[in-house]
Amino acid sequence: MNPSAALASILGPRRTLSRLLHDSRTRIALVVLLIVALSAVFAPLLAPYDPTVQLDIVRLPSQPPSFAHPLGTDPYSRDVLSRLLYGGRISLAVGLGAVLLAMSFGIAIGAVAGFIGGAVDAVLMRFVDAALSIPRLLVLILVASLWGSLGLVPLTLLMAGTGWFAVSRLVRAETLALREREFIVAARALGASPMRILVRHVLPNVAAPALVAAALGIANVILLEAGLSYLGIGVRPPTASWGAIIQDGAERVSDLWWLTLFPGLAILVTVFACNALGDALRDAFDPRQLPRGNDPTFAAEA
Amino acid sequence: MRRFFAGRLAQAVIVVFLVTTITFLLVHLAPGDPISVALDKPGVTEAVRQQWREAFGLDRPLGEQYLRWLGNAARGELGWSFSFRRPVRDVIADALPRTLLLVGLSMVFSFALGIVVAVLQTERPGGRRDRWFGRILLLLYSVPDFWLALVVLLLFAYRLPIFPPSGIVAPVVHDYMSFSGRLIDRLLHLVLPVTTLTLLATAAISRHQRSALAEVMPSDWMRTAIAKGVSHRRAVRRHALRNALLPSITLAGLYLPALAAGALFVEKVYSWPGMGLLAANAIVARDYPLITASVLITSIAVALGALLADVAAAAADPRIRVS
Repeated sequence: MNPSAALASILGPRRTLSRLLHDSRTRIALVVLLIVALSAVFAPLLAPYDPTVQLDIVRLPSQPPSFAHPLGTDPYSRDVLSRLLYGGRISLAVGLGAVLLAMSFGIAIGAVAGFIGGAVDAVLMRFVDAALSIPRLLVLILVASLWGSLGLVPLTLLMAGTGWFAVSRLVRAETLALREREFIVAARALGASPMRILVRHVLPNVAAPALVAAALGIANVILLEAGLSYLGIGVRPPTASWGAIIQDGAERVSDLWWLTLFPGLAILVTVFACNALGDALRDAFDPRQLPRGNDPTFAAEA
Repeated sequence: MRRFFAGRLAQAVIVVFLVTTITFLLVHLAPGDPISVALDKPGVTEAVRQQWREAFGLDRPLGEQYLRWLGNAARGELGWSFSFRRPVRDVIADALPRTLLLVGLSMVFSFALGIVVAVLQTERPGGRRDRWFGRILLLLYSVPDFWLALVVLLLFAYRLPIFPPSGIVAPVVHDYMSFSGRLIDRLLHLVLPVTTLTLLATAAISRHQRSALAEVMPSDWMRTAIAKGVSHRRAVRRHALRNALLPSITLAGLYLPALAAGALFVEKVYSWPGMGLLAANAIVARDYPLITASVLITSIAVALGALLADVAAAAADPRIRVS
C-alpha cells in the first residue's frame, strides 16, 4: 500500500481529508509543529553554543537577552537559546515515543479485552477504571522522585506506562460494538483468524479516535515532562529540557524573567499546536456534531 | 440507589487499596531506602543505619512489612517525617485544609465561569464569539500550570505589586492586625493562587460544558421549543442548559485529579503551604515517608471526591442508577 493510500484508509473518504486541510487550525498546527520539529532535529547546526557548557561562570551568569545571547544566559552561564533548541528534542522525543508506545499497548489490551470478553475483560477493565482514577502526575512524581532523576528512555517508558488506559477503553468499546456486526460475523464464517479480523476490520475502525487521542496525548506528555523537570525530577541535569530551563530561573522570576518566558512560550506553542490538531481531527472525523470539546475519558489522564 | 452506592463504594475502596499497594511496592523497589537517605551524613556508620532499619522494621520480610504498612495506614499512622521531625500525620493535618480551601474555591468559580462561557458560545454555534472563545480556551487548556502561575506572579506581584507573592498571611505583621485587617490580609493572599487555578480549570470545564450543550441541541424538545417561537437564546438558556448540566456533576469528579495536579504547581509557585508544596518540598528533601503519604492522601481525597460526584449525579438522574 502506498503512503497516500494508507493515509486515505485511515482518514476515510476524501471529504474527511479535505475538511481537515481546510480547517485553519490544522494549517496553523502543522506549520508550528514543522518549525518545532525542524529546529529540534537541526539543533546541533542552529545552536550557537553547547547547551550544557558553562561559558564563563564569572562574567556571564544570568545575562539578560543580548546580541551574543539572544535569549540570555542562565545562572550557570549557559546559553538559553542553545538550551531551548536542544530542549525541544527532549520534549518531542518523550512525547512521540511515549504516545507511540502507549497507543500500541492500549490498542492491544483493548482489543484483547473486547475480543475475549468474560473474566479477562472484567479484570482488565476494572484495573483500567482504577488506574484512570489515580492522578497520573502523582504516580510520575512518586516514581521519578524515588529513583532520583531519570534517563530519557526510562522517562519515556514511564510516560507510556501511565498513558495507555484511556485508549484501551476506547478500543475495547469499539471492538465490542463491532464484534456483532454482519461483516465481522461474515469474516469469521469465512474462516478469518481473530488476528486477521483485528488487523483488517477492527483497527481501521478505531484508527480515527486513536489518532485524535494520540494528538491530545502528545500534548499531555509534553506538559507532564515539563512539570516534572520544573519540580527538578525530570531528565537528569545538565541535559537541557524546557521545564528544566524554567526551573533554573524560577526562584528569582522577577529578576530572571527570560528564563521563564521563552521556554514557557515554546511549551505553550507546541502543546497548543498538538491540541488544535487533535480538535481539528475530531471535527473532521465527526462533522455532524458541533465542534466538540475534550472527551472526559481523556480528561482523566491529564 | 443503595445498590448503585454500594457498587461505587466498592470501586473507591479498590482504587484506594490499589494506590496503597502500588505506593508500597514502588518505595521498596526503589534504590536505597528511607534510612540511607535520611542518615546520609558523614560520621554515621553502616552499623548505626542497620540499627535504625531494625528499629523501623525495615529488615523484616517484605510481606510482613506490607501487612504492617496496610494496618498502620488504615489506622492513620503514616510514619515519621525526617525533614519536619514530626509525625507525617500531623504535618498533613496542617496542610490538607489549606489545599481544600484553594481547590474548593477554584472549583466553585471555575464551574460558574465555565458554564457561562459555554452558554455564550452555544447561543450562536460557529459564530465569531464562539470561535474566539474556543481559541482562547484552547490556549488556556495548553498552558503549563506552573508557567501560568509564574507569569501571573511576575505580572501582578512583582511588576505591578498589587498582590502579595507568597504564603497565606503577611509574615510578622499579620498578628498585629485588627480582625478585619487579618481577614483582608488572608483574602489578598488567596487572590493570585485562586485566580490561576480557576483559569486553568475553567478552560477544561468550559470546553466540556460546550460539548454537553452541543449534544442536546439536536433533540426533539429543542426543535419543539424553537418551533413554539422561543428565541434561540432563551431555548439555550432555559431548555438546553438544564439538560446539559448533569454531565457536569460527573465531570467535577473526573477533573479532581487534574485539579489536584494543578494545585501542586500553583502551591509551589506561590509558596502556599498545602499538600502540593508539602509534596514538592518532600521531593527535594527526599523525605520518603512524607512523599508516599502525600501521594496516598491526595489519591484518597480524589477517589472520595469522584465517589461523591457519582452519587450526586445518580441522585439527580435516575437513569444513571439503572445502567
